[in-house]
Amino acid sequence: MSDSTAIAHDAHAAPDHGHGEAHPTYLRHHFENVEQQADAAGFAMWIFLLTEVMFFGGLFTAYLIYRNWYYPAFVAASHQLSVVWGTTNTAVLIFSSFTMAMGVWCAETRRRKGLVLSLCLTFLLGLVFLGIKTIEYSEKIEKHHVPGFHYNLSSFLDPDNDAAAKAASDKALPLDMARHTEVYFSLYFAMTGMHALHMIIGIAILGYMIFRARAGAYTSGHVTFVENFGLYWHFVDIIWIYLFALLYLISRHQ
Amino acid sequence: MTDQKEMESASHHVVSPKIYVIILFALILGTAATVWASFLELGPWNPVIALAIATGKAMLVVLYFMHVKYSSKLTKLTVFAGIFTFLTLIGMTLADYFSRAWGQW
Repeated sequence: MSDSTAIAHDAHAAPDHGHGEAHPTYLRHHFENVEQQADAAGFAMWIFLLTEVMFFGGLFTAYLIYRNWYYPAFVAASHQLSVVWGTTNTAVLIFSSFTMAMGVWCAETRRRKGLVLSLCLTFLLGLVFLGIKTIEYSEKIEKHHVPGFHYNLSSFLDPDNDAAAKAASDKALPLDMARHTEVYFSLYFAMTGMHALHMIIGIAILGYMIFRARAGAYTSGHVTFVENFGLYWHFVDIIWIYLFALLYLISRHQ
Repeated sequence: MTDQKEMESASHHVVSPKIYVIILFALILGTAATVWASFLELGPWNPVIALAIATGKAMLVVLYFMHVKYSSKLTKLTVFAGIFTFLTLIGMTLADYFSRAWGQW
């Protein structure tokens, strides 16, 4: 941990660059040294991630309350999701977290080619995740499981004529409970959609980073950006770990 | 952490790829375990186990991939304070919702 108590310093009084101290070009003048700058940036990144935790926390809380109220509807609706796609996507995201962690390592140990490769792999795995998500979403659209005017209850009122419901040996829900499956899908689209938006933003930043990394921007000792982007990417992974357990795996045995 | 240089800049502790590979396999194993557990009939324990495994996986990611295990006390405290606040808020909200109609069902 950098010694941030040593703030009293006289050499920085001059606003011009004439303080005569040698320092890396990436060290901002309001920081004492590189460690302090990196600590401050990491601290700020964590604060940002905590606001993200609170933001997703609201969605998770809504989910838990409605799941408790309309449990049979949530079970039946969750059976419409494919465990195979969900598990695949979880593995894809975990693997992308691994490649991102390797990217941070490459930046720290100044391996430019390794960093570019790691970032490219992370980028590709992110796209694979979104591709699988698209397949899943289009299935929901085809079956009219998107909440709204065209929402279709037949999978839940008449499960024998629905492949996914039949495979899970669902029993027909009473009409009032079947209607609450729409609440499940509202939360499903809100949560996975917000997660996918985070993925899209992350992939866009990854694209920018790949160009910068090719030019050697992160392999000359200044790894803060890669490190903090890594924190963001891992955070998005953690959100998915919970989404997978809560949305896909409510109950696969009844 | 015995090295003086590392003591001074814990934020730059380099975690070795070996640890990353171990964590990767642990996470894949955890995913397999949670899928397997969801097919068992465990009554009220199903969501508990699913959330416990998810939390275990999240902790591995936070501690190793996100370097919190090797980070400064400030970072550790920040992460802990955030999780604590989140659990307090979610706990109080759920306690309210689940006890509103207590005894009226």
